[in-house]
Amino acid sequence: MSLIAENKSAVTQTLLDQLQNNASKVAFMPDSEIVSAIRYLEDKGIPNNKHEDYKYCNIEGILRKEFKSVEQSFNALIPEDIAPLKLEEAINLVVVNGNYVSALSEKMIVRGLTVKAFNELSALEKNLLSSQAKSESDALIALNSAFCGNGLYLEIENANVIPMPIHIIYVNSGNGNCVVNTRSFIRIGPNAEATLVESFYNIGNSKVFSNFVSEKLVEENAKLTCFTFQNEGSLSYSVHTNQAKIFKYGNYSNMTATLSGELVRNNHNVVLAEPNCEAHLNGLFITQGTQQVDNHTLIDHQMPNCESNELYKGIAKDKSSGTFNGKIFVRKDAQKTNAYQSSKNILMSDDATINTKPQLEIYADDVKCSHGTSTGKIDTEALFYLKARGIGEDTARKLLLQAFAQELIDKIEIPTLQERVLHLFEESL
Amino acid sequence: MISIKNLHASIGDKEILRGINLEVKAGEVHAIMGPNGSGKSTLSSVLAGREDYEITEGEVIFNGKNLLDMAAEDRAREGLFLAFQYPIEIPGVSNINFLRTALNEIRAYHGQEEMSAKDFLALVKDKSKLVELDSKLASRSVNEGFSGGEKKRNEIFQMAMLNPKLAILDETDSGLDIDALRIVASGVNKLKSKDNATILITHYQRLLDYIVPDFVHILYKGRIVKSGGKELALELEAKGYDEIKKEFELAD
Repeated sequence: MSLIAENKSAVTQTLLDQLQNNASKVAFMPDSEIVSAIRYLEDKGIPNNKHEDYKYCNIEGILRKEFKSVEQSFNALIPEDIAPLKLEEAINLVVVNGNYVSALSEKMIVRGLTVKAFNELSALEKNLLSSQAKSESDALIALNSAFCGNGLYLEIENANVIPMPIHIIYVNSGNGNCVVNTRSFIRIGPNAEATLVESFYNIGNSKVFSNFVSEKLVEENAKLTCFTFQNEGSLSYSVHTNQAKIFKYGNYSNMTATLSGELVRNNHNVVLAEPNCEAHLNGLFITQGTQQVDNHTLIDHQMPNCESNELYKGIAKDKSSGTFNGKIFVRKDAQKTNAYQSSKNILMSDDATINTKPQLEIYADDVKCSHGTSTGKIDTEALFYLKARGIGEDTARKLLLQAFAQELIDKIEIPTLQERVLHLFEESL
Repeated sequence: MISIKNLHASIGDKEILRGINLEVKAGEVHAIMGPNGSGKSTLSSVLAGREDYEITEGEVIFNGKNLLDMAAEDRAREGLFLAFQYPIEIPGVSNINFLRTALNEIRAYHGQEEMSAKDFLALVKDKSKLVELDSKLASRSVNEGFSGGEKKRNEIFQMAMLNPKLAILDETDSGLDIDALRIVASGVNKLKSKDNATILITHYQRLLDYIVPDFVHILYKGRIVKSGGKELALELEAKGYDEIKKEFELAD
């Protein structure tokens, strides 16, 4: 059982007071959801490192240290700010400081694609919000539900295949310390298919605590291929929660590349809710300085004949740290489950840290599950082999680290994005 | 080419090379033979620049330069090549990319321009024929999934690509069947010229049927205890290493 601080902390209360004072008059979540979210937050508080799931990621501590007072004063962005962030082969949609900005987004009429801001939703659609990411499962989801902006709702109607990637650019830009709660809802209808890129940036000179929540529904026989690109820079502290639910014969995949951000916490929760569906979660990070990247995945196999695959790789330099915590539940009805998980890491300095924790809980008896984790230094034998052929130490290291990351970089099937990741990756080596 | 004088090397507290003297001139092929544990592989590792060993005494002059002062990569750039006894697999680094990087770093060291992709590929095609290396292997990851014989042929292929002044072949014959041995040996013979030199390190005489040495040295307990012509290898094959052991036991 988790160790949870039972009383609301002063930090949480201070944050709540400040956010409530600055909150807009319009709320985007159902009222009942906001009430219960705030109640949960007041009760449990923002997690600190005493919370089992946040052992290596003290969010409360960061709020206390870096976000004692928040200004909630934001910069408006212009098309020139966004232009370099776009992907040329995609439909580019823009969310600034938690609000979907139609004026900065590309308008394209694509059969089956609906893009709306939360304030444009029908009552039926609005009811979907927070149907997947529940406030009572995590205080940061609750924080988001209580204070999220006018987020983005994206839907692919039945049996439509979107021929180009959809790129959501989430940009934060504060004028003074800010806390941004960004939310999106993605629904891929039965037999539909889409490729989604979600990129994260912070523009400007202010510190931002970014608390992102995305709910994703992949319905019967639908396919959602996601790429997450995190490059928020050293002034950003972010928590990303992806809550996905897959229906029968559905296929969901995500490849997350984390290239910067002082703190990046990824909660990737996937529910395989019906038989014969699959999920693939992959991640690559490289950290330096005092950066911290904390990947948590939870794959919940609820029904039979489903498959999940996870491959996470990390390179930690300087005094940085990385975490991979992968939970897999195989419920008692989930017979014939195939679940594989692997985490491999390279430590580039004596002061760098990697924590890995695979957690498999299996309640069915006819399953195939495996997990493996390794953390080590760069292979000195391979390094010597390269040097013995005339390749200098620096180049040899880079060749080996690129080789280590290559299988994940290869998964990024969008050329402009792959190039962007590769360029930043090589720069960080 | 290379002049080794009174070379002593240790790993931990254990002294493995205990005063090696060896002079190799351009155009020569030298064979170094010896029983297991005599220091053969240590000698090749020390010359190639592996950092696990401590050099406690002696000097090595390679083409007029102090070899022991150089980093491993600079030794290679100066023209020293070690064919590894156990070539390592490097998943994710393609043979081609690896060799192009190596070749261009060596060229840059000598102030030469990078080789064009066209010339490079022509060179790959030409040199892979020399050891009958399947062109598919050239585009795969370095040694990954290669058979023992393919790994050794890949070593000689790399040697052909980098065109070293001095090649040290560390037990290149080990683990090879007779056909592979013939291919590897023929590759080495074709690469031989009056401007380069070869040191063959081997346990068995077998390789020397294919690559005929000008000089044979017997290494025992970290010293060269006997040197001679190619007939020394045959003598050793006939008598076995026990004879040598008996003869030089006292010198320990």
